[in-house]
Amino acid sequence: MDIYLPIANLSVNALVIILLGGGVGVLSGMFGVGGGFLTTPLLIFYGIPPAVAAASASTQVTGASVSGVFAHMKRGGVDFQMGGVLVVGGIFGTGAGAAIFEILESLGQIDTVINILYVLMLGSIGGLMAKESLTSVLAVRAGKPVAAAKRRHHPLVANLPMRWRFYRSGLYISPIAPLILGFITGIMTMLLGVGGGFIMVPAMLYLLGMGAQVVVGTSLFQILFVTMASTMMHSLTTKAVDIVLAVFLLIGSVTGAQIGARLAQRMRPEYLRLFLAAIVLLVAIRMALGLGWRPDEIYTLQAL
Amino acid sequence: MIRLFALLLFLLPMSASAQNVPKLVPDVSQRQINIQSGFTGAEMLLFGAIIYPRGVAPEGKVDVAVVLRGPARSVTLREKQKIAGIWVNADSSDFRSVPAYYAIASSRPLDQIVNSKTAAIYELGLDRLQLSPSGEVNAAEQRRFVDGLVDLNRRNGLFRQEAGTVEITDQVLYRARLNIPSSVPVGVYTAETLLIRDGRVIVADDNVEVRIRKTGFEQLVTVLAQDYALFYGAMAVLVSLLLGWFAGFVFNRL
Repeated sequence: MDIYLPIANLSVNALVIILLGGGVGVLSGMFGVGGGFLTTPLLIFYGIPPAVAAASASTQVTGASVSGVFAHMKRGGVDFQMGGVLVVGGIFGTGAGAAIFEILESLGQIDTVINILYVLMLGSIGGLMAKESLTSVLAVRAGKPVAAAKRRHHPLVANLPMRWRFYRSGLYISPIAPLILGFITGIMTMLLGVGGGFIMVPAMLYLLGMGAQVVVGTSLFQILFVTMASTMMHSLTTKAVDIVLAVFLLIGSVTGAQIGARLAQRMRPEYLRLFLAAIVLLVAIRMALGLGWRPDEIYTLQAL
Repeated sequence: MIRLFALLLFLLPMSASAQNVPKLVPDVSQRQINIQSGFTGAEMLLFGAIIYPRGVAPEGKVDVAVVLRGPARSVTLREKQKIAGIWVNADSSDFRSVPAYYAIASSRPLDQIVNSKTAAIYELGLDRLQLSPSGEVNAAEQRRFVDGLVDLNRRNGLFRQEAGTVEITDQVLYRARLNIPSSVPVGVYTAETLLIRDGRVIVADDNVEVRIRKTGFEQLVTVLAQDYALFYGAMAVLVSLLLGWFAGFVFNRL
């Protein structure tokens, strides 16, 4: 079933897009991540122009995170104060991301920068996750109880002035730290089409030291609003949001997410995290190889 | 119609003075190609008749070449080079008039029917396109960029050159099929027909226009995205939110 994408200006197989969204959706349901970090590279491998892939993937992440936010809200798992600070930082981040996008595009370096950022980000996060989950898998195997990580914020965070009390997160820290964190993920969302959950969650846990019960919900809350902001920003600047592409991705991903959520209940969390780490590292390695291999196309065209 | 009539009036004295020149009556299978949701590309038939003076076909073989050409545009071509172990865009070159689409079909290979000078004058063949490169003085380097541009477009299906695909019947009727990929840019295209004999272009006609445009929903989306960006962005967000919310709602009931 072929479908014409009016913004990407090409025809794709709708089934492939739905399956791609579905596959990413299963993973996102299993791990509670938006899955943008897989959608964007996969779309690019499939032949969608990078800007359209990143813009439409961020639109898709919005839809993929809605029901999660509602679910966490019901459980009281969203710290709205913290989430609000992160969103404000994130919106400024998308603005900065748009400016960076424009500069890099005029220099012709946007693709390379997107690739390098993916390699660095996925490589480091995947490495950390693999290490952490391996330790806990080994500990579980040996029958030892897993030592709970000590909850404390990073000394840099603790030294920032103007402290606020974030009751639900159980924190008394300066809002500057989450503001900066939101800003950085906002840039990432704009450039890479990722929600940023897999940066946000570890940063919230290990940098800010937030209580684990509100981390995922608050991160989803931030992702929801920042991907909305980035869709708007892409619509206004790059004009690369393909609504048809986003809808087909969503049809797949919302279905896949439900399947993934059910699968996740049957699996041990340590193995689940190890599995996610493996996928993240695989994408990173594939992208790193892509930078070094001779590309299929040496030349690229840009309309003036 | 009035324009056509005016054109005929204008041409009449000329054709009267050039009694011995054959006339081409070219046409295409579609004057308009609509890009809709199921669009996977199109096949265009370029056909027509050759009308000889006094209705007599000359001795010896004639050849026909047909060209379908999209609107010209300015582009920057970037070239990747391996720097510090990774492939990055390094060099670039600007071209002022690159056709969005260019397909040529001929009854025999071009180098057998026209000499290189004629080919250059009429821009016959992918290696004869006048792309107006700018800013590059080094001829070898320019050649490399031109070759890169043509090769890229050829593999994307936007530049095509086919030999032996124009069928000529009884020296009078000709027809050729050209494929148009789904990634074809919109715009007004011109179909050109050239009658070639003894290495010379006897008559050329480029009066047939083909309009390629998006219609319906695809047109609406494009216009909204371009001209009503704020509204389009809000729509995209809303559609995404509703779809996500609705799916969550449905699956919770299951």
